[in-house]
Amino acid sequence: MTEELDHTGQDSDADSEEVVLTPAELIEKLEQAWMNEKFAPELLESKSEIVECVMEQLDHMEENLRRAKKGDLKVSIHRMEMERIRYVLSSYLRCRLMKIEKFFPHILEKEKTSGEGELSSLSPEELVFAKQYMANTETYLKNVALKHMPPNLQVVDLLRSAVPKPDLDSYVFLRVKERQENILVEPETDEQRDYVIDLEEGSQHLIRYKTIAPLVASGAVQLI
Amino acid sequence: MFCEKAMELVRELHRAPEGQLPAFNVREDAEDGLRQVLEEMKALYEQNQSDVNEVKSGGRSDLIPTIKFRHCSLLRNRRCAVAYLYDRLLRIRALRWEYGSVLPNALRFHMSAEEVEWFNHYKKSLATYMRSLGGDEGLDITQDMKPPKSLYIEHFLPRWKCEQLVRQGVLEHVLS
Repeated sequence: MTEELDHTGQDSDADSEEVVLTPAELIEKLEQAWMNEKFAPELLESKSEIVECVMEQLDHMEENLRRAKKGDLKVSIHRMEMERIRYVLSSYLRCRLMKIEKFFPHILEKEKTSGEGELSSLSPEELVFAKQYMANTETYLKNVALKHMPPNLQVVDLLRSAVPKPDLDSYVFLRVKERQENILVEPETDEQRDYVIDLEEGSQHLIRYKTIAPLVASGAVQLI
Repeated sequence: MFCEKAMELVRELHRAPEGQLPAFNVREDAEDGLRQVLEEMKALYEQNQSDVNEVKSGGRSDLIPTIKFRHCSLLRNRRCAVAYLYDRLLRIRALRWEYGSVLPNALRFHMSAEEVEWFNHYKKSLATYMRSLGGDEGLDITQDMKPPKSLYIEHFLPRWKCEQLVRQGVLEHVLS
């Protein structure tokens, strides 16, 4: 359906990929990012370019619909498609916000200590949101309880006490997109030993997230 | 026993079903749960201060186990109090997503003034984020919480226009 839109191909962000995606490819990338984010226990890399392009796409579709003939069947179908895309995008962004709120001290700490070249897991707007969330919560706890406590107990290291870390040992389902060799699987118990597996293209696995986290980031596997 | 009141606060929330926000444990009389915890902490701390002095000046090292014990109680009290307050914040946060930015009065009466302030900051922060998502007004991600239900749109169309699309599986003939 989206191939029928009469506008020229997508212009990705100037400073990222030079690849120009068709609308269909863009939506596929959005859905992949959405599923990965849904099933990964930790916050994944920010995909701002995809979000921006999809928002643009939705604007284009809205404009096309305004110009189209009323009552034309195409209008309903395009509107349906728009609702679907909007749902996936909203769900994706909601999922990220929830993880940001859930793990905020650890995420903010990682942002602070991450190097220049490393990809951020937060978009600039998400970073602002996360910092505000942290400041809001710290101020609240300080004013309501902590400042009334004995002097040596007034600082709570939120990183270590109140907020748990994401469980990277949780199991995830994945499908292999690019063949991988010699993936080291660490033992869960002391009796087991490390072993090495190959991941064949197209195969599906249930595996500990920590083992394959870099492959999710690189796009070699898709969480399902 | 120490930390009784603190445990009670935690238990009160544990008993409340998921998502429900009980009234903040504040009442006009002295039965103020959080305040009692803070008072106990003050008392424990002062006792420890005086004992620590005894140990330093009077050589009363036999007091050390008691000091350690009180310190543990202090830590536990703080942990319970923070857990109670933080868990309430999480429930209040959920209210924004459930009810929108204007909360029903009944719920607002269950919140302390500081909680209302936290809520206001939170929803402002969320609004700023959503506006930044591009387009004219951004994207309201508190909408579209469920996948679009209607895979099929009811349309009254002449059959000849739809037949091909029905065969392609794009449309379904709905008889109602």
